[in-house]
Amino acid sequence: MSLIEDIFAMRLINYVPSRPGAIFLAALPFILLFVAYSIASDIRLTANPQDKLLPAPSTIVETAERLFTVPDKRSKEILLWNDTFASLGRLFGGVAISATLSLILGIAIGLLPYARSLFSSFIAVMSMVPPLALLPILFIVFGLGEVSKIVLIVIGITPFMTRDLAQRVMEIPNEQIVKAQTLGASSWVVAQRVALPQVLPRLISNVRLSLGSAWLFLIAAEAVASNVGLGYRIFLVRRYLAMDVILTYVIWITLLAFIIDWALKALSRRAFPWMEAGL
Amino acid sequence: MSFVGVTNVWQRYGDRSILERVNVSVDEGEFVSIVGASGCGKSTFLRMLLAEESPYKGDISIEGGDTAVEPNRERGVVFQKYSVFPHLSVRENLIAAEAFQNPLGTLRGSARKNAETRADAMLERIGLNHVLHQFPASLSGGMQQRLAIGQAMTAKPRILLLDEPFGALDPGTRLQMHDFLLELREETNMTVFMVTHDLDEAFKLGDRVLVFDKPRWDPQDPGLFGATITYDFDARDKGIPYQDILAAYPSLASA
Repeated sequence: MSLIEDIFAMRLINYVPSRPGAIFLAALPFILLFVAYSIASDIRLTANPQDKLLPAPSTIVETAERLFTVPDKRSKEILLWNDTFASLGRLFGGVAISATLSLILGIAIGLLPYARSLFSSFIAVMSMVPPLALLPILFIVFGLGEVSKIVLIVIGITPFMTRDLAQRVMEIPNEQIVKAQTLGASSWVVAQRVALPQVLPRLISNVRLSLGSAWLFLIAAEAVASNVGLGYRIFLVRRYLAMDVILTYVIWITLLAFIIDWALKALSRRAFPWMEAGL
Repeated sequence: MSFVGVTNVWQRYGDRSILERVNVSVDEGEFVSIVGASGCGKSTFLRMLLAEESPYKGDISIEGGDTAVEPNRERGVVFQKYSVFPHLSVRENLIAAEAFQNPLGTLRGSARKNAETRADAMLERIGLNHVLHQFPASLSGGMQQRLAIGQAMTAKPRILLLDEPFGALDPGTRLQMHDFLLELREETNMTVFMVTHDLDEAFKLGDRVLVFDKPRWDPQDPGLFGATITYDFDARDKGIPYQDILAAYPSLASA
């Protein structure tokens, strides 16, 4: 270790990149990934122009253009947009239900000792159940329609969000709860005017963290049984080894997830200015 | 009859005694400082005055009322920190002191307008009118405590409880806060209980200084006996109560 540090004038932990340097470093992994893919694709296509496994970047762009703009021959609809709206509807439905449930349960568990005794071990156990193992049960109980997919997302992310929110409510200094009581606040007012506003920022960051799992559950459910949706399409075209379509969809899903995450972050900053007042 | 009456109060956690046989009676408008070593039960005593916890035995009454089982608007409180709501602006913190007693915790229409007017007057009084739209986290420690005191006073409690209110402040700010509190007291004649570690502060601000300590001590079982009030000083006139007695009773001089 000392050998490395002899070469540098300072400890490595004290080197901070300049702003342009930081931007370059942030871009570097993306560039490297693209270059590596292009080279690999080129090698395979040179050996066999019919190769479908690693389509050239230009092919992916062409496919993407077609998928986004050209309607399907039979249905006269653009499938990618249909898939997107169907998937986003399920995703937002599931996440919205989970967020509402976890908020109500979390505040109740955090503030009411009776609710804590009643629910906290139950939710701790429930959060250990692997949600995908329940998928067959959900399909049997709720059918193959929308409900089972939304329920899978809800079952998958609600326990974790509830536990975290309850923890945050319990972390509100007791002084504040007592203070509110000395100002005459009822339990409801403590929940609504003291606890709720202080855990809402946490709810948003919870949603951001849970979106990854929510996508996972959504795509899994769509892959198993569906007739429209981003996950359904990917698993459908897999049969034809249509890597260009799969890669377009994967990039599109990644982009959607990124935009949603960014929007939630922006919302959190705007809606909760008091969070950053001290910084 | 006394304003605040504490009668034969005991407190214990499990089989550990904290307080035993605490008796004290306080008149309306008295400022009572409470001092003692760490772990002597003075904060426990304050929490019982606050009704955050109930005594194991005995009664605590305000104006002859029953021992309270939970905090209410009769008791205002300022803690060392976390006494104001971080998600509400300075002004909203004061309005909350009036709004929280409503079923939904909010005020509407003319009630809201009146509360805003009173909040602005209080902000003027506590010298925070220039930061009314800021959030507590952006205020200095002294300003936060002034806001906390203003918030507690806005609810017009019968007694005001201060739990080491200036413990986290630097010495200069602490002196400013003393002046602020003395002025405020002069105006309102509020009954105040203040727990502090600072003896100078206790005697400077208080009319009375209560000292908590353990009169009995079992070296084999330190938790066996609890603490009680071992001294009850008259702290008026700089702690020398009779130095101005001739001014009050001139007839004594001629005798």
